[in-house]
Amino acid sequence: MIPMNNSVLNWFEERLRLKETLGPSMTHAVPRSARWWYVFGSMTLTVFMLQIVTGICLSLIYVPSADEAYDSLEYLNYRQEMGWFLRGMHVWGSHLMITFMSIHMLQVFLYGAFKYPRELTWIVGLLLFVCTLAMGFTGQVLRWDQDAYWGLSVGMAMAGRVPFIGPELVYFVLGGPIIAGEALSRFFALHVFVIPGALIMLLGAHLLLVIKCGVNEEPTPGYLVDKKTYREKYEREVHKRGMPFFPNAAGRDMIACGIVLFLVFFCAAFFGPAGPNGQPDPTLIDTSPRPDFWFQGIFAVLALLPPYMETFLIMGFPVLAAAVLILLPFISGDGEKSWKRRPFSMITLMFILVTITVLTYLAYMAPWSPVMNAWSGIPTPVNYVKNRSPLELQGALIVQNKQCRNCHSLEGRGGKRGPELDDVATRLTRDELIRQVVQGGGNMPAYGKNLTPSQVTAVTAFLMTMHPQWEHEPIAEESNTPRPTSNPDPPIDF
Amino acid sequence: MPENFDYKEAPDVRMLGDDGGPEPSRRGFLFWLGLSLNVVVGLLVAIPIIGYVFASFRRDKWQAWIDLVPATVDSYPKGQTRMAQYRNPAKFDVTWDGYTADIPCWVRRESNGNITVFAINCTHLGCPVRWFPESNLFMCPCHGGVYYADGSHAAGPPPRGLYTYKIDQDALAKGRVRIMGGRLPTLQEPT
Repeated sequence: MIPMNNSVLNWFEERLRLKETLGPSMTHAVPRSARWWYVFGSMTLTVFMLQIVTGICLSLIYVPSADEAYDSLEYLNYRQEMGWFLRGMHVWGSHLMITFMSIHMLQVFLYGAFKYPRELTWIVGLLLFVCTLAMGFTGQVLRWDQDAYWGLSVGMAMAGRVPFIGPELVYFVLGGPIIAGEALSRFFALHVFVIPGALIMLLGAHLLLVIKCGVNEEPTPGYLVDKKTYREKYEREVHKRGMPFFPNAAGRDMIACGIVLFLVFFCAAFFGPAGPNGQPDPTLIDTSPRPDFWFQGIFAVLALLPPYMETFLIMGFPVLAAAVLILLPFISGDGEKSWKRRPFSMITLMFILVTITVLTYLAYMAPWSPVMNAWSGIPTPVNYVKNRSPLELQGALIVQNKQCRNCHSLEGRGGKRGPELDDVATRLTRDELIRQVVQGGGNMPAYGKNLTPSQVTAVTAFLMTMHPQWEHEPIAEESNTPRPTSNPDPPIDF
Repeated sequence: MPENFDYKEAPDVRMLGDDGGPEPSRRGFLFWLGLSLNVVVGLLVAIPIIGYVFASFRRDKWQAWIDLVPATVDSYPKGQTRMAQYRNPAKFDVTWDGYTADIPCWVRRESNGNITVFAINCTHLGCPVRWFPESNLFMCPCHGGVYYADGSHAAGPPPRGLYTYKIDQDALAKGRVRIMGGRLPTLQEPT
């Protein structure tokens, strides 16, 4: 430790006695194998502390009132000195905190660090994870814009599905009958007082447990954890061959913390703050709410699940996931720690990671969301209207004007909710097309009531021309011959 | 103080200001008296706090008849569906709600004069549905729910048709559209 010769320091030391309280914690022995993979916890902690600082700063300006929160955010962005930067640091801090927390959790899982005797450390860590995600969600609500308003609406629609207590739960969370003043105040209290309080307490417990149970050694394949002997062996080895946390191991942590602080600064400077995107006036419905990135996977699941399992999964899956994660150290609390000899764990982990990646990717593509302005905003490809009969052209117009393209794409542009129409004539016969348009089905609304018979004829005539490009090769003999409108053959390119 | 602390043996007993504390039986009594007093007072303090935090459980006054904006039936052409809005009746005096207390809804006036008022929220997950007069469909931007003009489910994940508001028939007879409004519709408690 740093020698304390200074008389002022000594005066404090005589009263605080930090050497005897903090000293052993600072210099507690950690395994020499604790290297770069062990820095992610410290990185998360560093960002959290920065979040507290930037959060307090933002609260100096932010007004938690449904009427004025949006304006105060705009004020922060454009009027308050460095307000945009502080908002940027806070939002990127939150993204990075969630990112590094996830990597930390992944490392703990890979290194079997949740096993005996660190079960409680793992469980407290899980609670920290939940609290951090809750900070993310409540923080997104405080960014009181259209995404916040409708994101909350989605959250309440989910809560409303909880059996029996659903409606009570909704009104309790909102603090009233609708998403308005009380709701924002509640989320403000949660984001600023309740959850940070819980986080700080849990964090204290987490760090205490890290010191009391020791830092996990890098697992060696074949070195099994035995609950009878592990602790004694660990203590012996770590004192014999370990190194003091401060200053030996702390060096890496400090470098990592410096990097993460720089990352926050960099992201804030280059990408700036998030939103606010559009005034949260519920009567402005020209919006398509999207959650922040860590909820994108859930957004995707909710679109893709068959409706009959939706309620069950919204309720059941979080409970199930929490139960599995909490029980993990009790199910496999001893034995092999190395990921090289835990095939089942690794397959499960890979499955989960692939699932989350794919769902997140899908959520960004959102093929299930209709493109609300495709019908009016995206042109009909020229190839599809060249050399078409008036009836077919009429059909092409109807495909635009009846919003077909909000769900069906032409040449890759338009909604992806339904199948693309570029080669629909190769998949359906004329009769099948009529049936599909009139009666709908397979997730398509029935247009029977909304189209006159002549419109149906026109749409069908147009759709019957939809063959792939390679079928459109010009045939010399047929050029200049008008094509009968009922002929489903491909048109001729000049 | 530890239970078996021997005050007689300890040096400078008087420095601690007592001679060993009350007798064991008195000590036990004081402990239990203190504990029970705290339980009682704790409960007493908890009642108003719980009542405050869970105030939303008393919600009998939220729902009320409220005029739409615009209110006259003639503002809604026959055979069309138009957007309207209303101020949440439970919160007229809550100024800091601002625009968030203005709730939009869809008013459908059929050619025979029947009026239906649909909630804006998709029954799947609450996103705002949009009306497309060209195709006579409501579409939801979030997960692709689609409803027919009468609010019934047409396609996509929604578990039911659009929520509808109760309409005040007396007011309607006098040419005003009044609905029973006041709370966010959810699956188990539609408007």
